Amino acid sequence: MDIIEQLSAKGMKESVPEFSIGDTVRIDVKVVEGKRERKQAFQGTVIQRKGSGIHATFTVRKVSQGVGVERVFPLHSPIVSAIKVIRRGKVRRAKLYYLRKLKGKAARITEKTER
Amino acid sequence: MLGLIGKKIGMTQIFDEDGTCIPVSVIHAGPCPIVQVKTVEKDGYNAVQLAFEEIRPTRANLPSIGHFKAAGLPPYRYIQEFKVENPEEYEKGKLIDVGIFEEAKKVDVAGKSKGRGFQGVIKRHGFHGGRKTHGGHAHRIPGSIGMAAYPGRVMKGQKLPGRMGHVRFQTRNLKVVEVDMENNLLLVRGAVPGARNTVLRLTVAP
Repeated sequence: MDIIEQLSAKGMKESVPEFSIGDTVRIDVKVVEGKRERKQAFQGTVIQRKGSGIHATFTVRKVSQGVGVERVFPLHSPIVSAIKVIRRGKVRRAKLYYLRKLKGKAARITEKTER
Repeated sequence: MLGLIGKKIGMTQIFDEDGTCIPVSVIHAGPCPIVQVKTVEKDGYNAVQLAFEEIRPTRANLPSIGHFKAAGLPPYRYIQEFKVENPEEYEKGKLIDVGIFEEAKKVDVAGKSKGRGFQGVIKRHGFHGGRKTHGGHAHRIPGSIGMAAYPGRVMKGQKLPGRMGHVRFQTRNLKVVEVDMENNLLLVRGAVPGARNTVLRLTVAP
């Protein structure tokens, strides 16, 4: 299996910032418009992290104009050019699917504070 | 069409420049020495016989050791023949490596699929099955398998439960993603038949 691991390692990013479920993150997504390339920010809560190695993905949820928007990013994809943690969240679940049913005040996540 | 013998290593994914994720199968392909060159004059058809995976001489039987010796080679585990149009271009004992796929855009990959054991008609032949509710009792059974007193027998080729898998399958027109000459690796887009370590026959897609 080590050949597979070596090949996967080639496509993986050298370092990925540490972030976890419940964190509010800002993702800089590369967007190609014709020949021009620009970065588009997507800010929201991480509600899922899935997979390992090069297959790892994470889902970011935000509520935009009253409509819930979720985007799944492959962690090692080159279109994810930067991941910035804006706020650490304190949650007791590995997957925050329950946020889909909540809105407004109920959908808040308390901030994680260092002890 | 000249090809190679290889072994499936597994699958992974790679990203191309615009971030598209490509699922790839990794195949350990060759290098395969030419054991014998067959010609129309001598054998009735043109082909080259290739070998793959060297073994210890104590593992091979004497006839096969002799066959390899004629080409000045140690014994190998697998032998396969590939038809060629001009056998005079090939020479006994020469190595053929994964470089033959460098110019090819697409390859065909054949091998034995994973054995599934004894399976019912739904999994084996894609039958729809019966109703699960509303009084249905024929959930996964094949149903009627024929007519009545005439013909009074089951037609040949009737699809029924039985052993599934472990038969030769060919996946055609797989796109070549990468050719690694150094490690003799071939990366193709998509899945290839069989489990890890399955022996595969690789040919350039016509």
